[in-house]
Amino acid sequence: MKLYFKYMAMLLKSQMQYKASFLMTALGQFLVSFTAFFGVYFMFDRFHSVDGFTFSQILICFSITLMAYSITECFARGFDLFPRLIQSGNLDRILVRPRGEIFQVLTANMEFSRVGRLIQAIWMLVIAVSASEIQWTVDKILTVVMMLIGGVAVFAALFVLYAGISFFTIEGLEFMNIFTNGSLEFGKYPVSIYGEGILKFYTYVIPIALFQYYPFLYLIGRSEDVRLIFLPLLGFLFLILCYLFFRFGLRRYKSTGS
Amino acid sequence: MKQYLSFFRIRFIAGLQYRAAAWAGISTQFAWGGMTLLMFWAFYQNGENSFPMSFPELSSYIWLQQALLAMFMAWFFDQEIFESITSGGIAYELCRPCDLYGMWFVKNMAVRLSRVLLRCVPILLVAAFLPEPFGIKLPPDGLSALLFLVSTVLGFLVLVSFSMLIYISAFYTISPMGIRILATSVTEFFTGALIPIPFFPEALQPVIYALPFASMQNTPFLIYTGHIGGAEALGSMAVQLLWLFALVLTGRLLMRRALKKVVVQGG
Repeated sequence: MKLYFKYMAMLLKSQMQYKASFLMTALGQFLVSFTAFFGVYFMFDRFHSVDGFTFSQILICFSITLMAYSITECFARGFDLFPRLIQSGNLDRILVRPRGEIFQVLTANMEFSRVGRLIQAIWMLVIAVSASEIQWTVDKILTVVMMLIGGVAVFAALFVLYAGISFFTIEGLEFMNIFTNGSLEFGKYPVSIYGEGILKFYTYVIPIALFQYYPFLYLIGRSEDVRLIFLPLLGFLFLILCYLFFRFGLRRYKSTGS
Repeated sequence: MKQYLSFFRIRFIAGLQYRAAAWAGISTQFAWGGMTLLMFWAFYQNGENSFPMSFPELSSYIWLQQALLAMFMAWFFDQEIFESITSGGIAYELCRPCDLYGMWFVKNMAVRLSRVLLRCVPILLVAAFLPEPFGIKLPPDGLSALLFLVSTVLGFLVLVSFSMLIYISAFYTISPMGIRILATSVTEFFTGALIPIPFFPEALQPVIYALPFASMQNTPFLIYTGHIGGAEALGSMAVQLLWLFALVLTGRLLMRRALKKVVVQGG
């Protein structure tokens, strides 16, 4: 753990060398999610509700998804660049070092400018919470925390899956974008609005509904089932599965040489 | 002229080589377009009357957007150009007996066109056979189709001339990452890539149509769907032309200024 913080400090220092660029990047990240927010806002300006959900309800769902994604992205950025590690052969260097490979991939890159996005997500959650009609009892607060934890687990799993697949394809797959970025993009809304089939897909294949739809129903009072609070924890099961897949890929790994 | 043509050819043919990547891209874009339409469909269910364009129009708009994504995507930049500035390779480029602005412009066009050529046909074909009202339809008449083609070319040139400004900014900042993300997110939003421009609040529309971003993909797509036609279409195309001149002029001026005092990085 000590070593992890050392790596973190090192990367932070190196990224701080280009201060203007760092600030601009952080600002850019901030604005990116801002435009997404306005996209949703403009839609509700016109239609007021979708599938029975109001704007303030959607805002909670959106900000939790965004927050979970940006937390994950802050520390799991290394996995995003993983295909490059394979292509360049640098993975071999990692494999011979006496530390776990997951640890080293995590510390290979951290993008601190993603903080911009995180700040925006926090801000939005604050607005959403104050605008909502939810009674903030202990169980509701617990639900939000669980949604966040589950969200981080699912997104982390998707990043690991992405890295795992690149063992077989060498190239970074554009197709995976639909799972990582797509989950963020379409997770803005509770996934039930896309219809029954898509909801099933997002429950059993890419389980983002576990943290952003089912517990959300409890949060806004559409469901009284207390078990839904803990449903996001199933995200860890998905994380374990993806990790096992990653290990499987690693065992089959043949160096690209160069 | 001949030299630009060969720059174009080199890049174009290189771009055509990535066919597996194109298939991956096609399926991604297809899923993306489908999800976007389902989202709008959910809104359409209880707000049919406040819909600014009919659903078939919207479907055509979204599928065109996905099919021509490689042509109009704002986040794509030629990494080599940035690297040539930050690494100092620009020195070689400057020795060549041709205009740098023109060369970069042509290279950018070629990469985008080769990508779009590989991707647009399968997407459009499948989208054409989707059930009503999710599929893409033909434009209402021959005139719209013709205007659409011309307007697409104009919009494409506006986009490339805008991204030239980002390349040129690297002369001034060296580390172009920040400006890139900033410019990309602003462009994406105002060009109608997140939600089509007709869905923006009415009060904002005049402002947004005056920005260069609306002259990129939005104008040709609206012409195609028949949302705007006749004189209105011609008016929007005049705006496109105006922006094209303004952006190319600014780009050339900035470039000349930058090159006058360019410091070549390292050896």
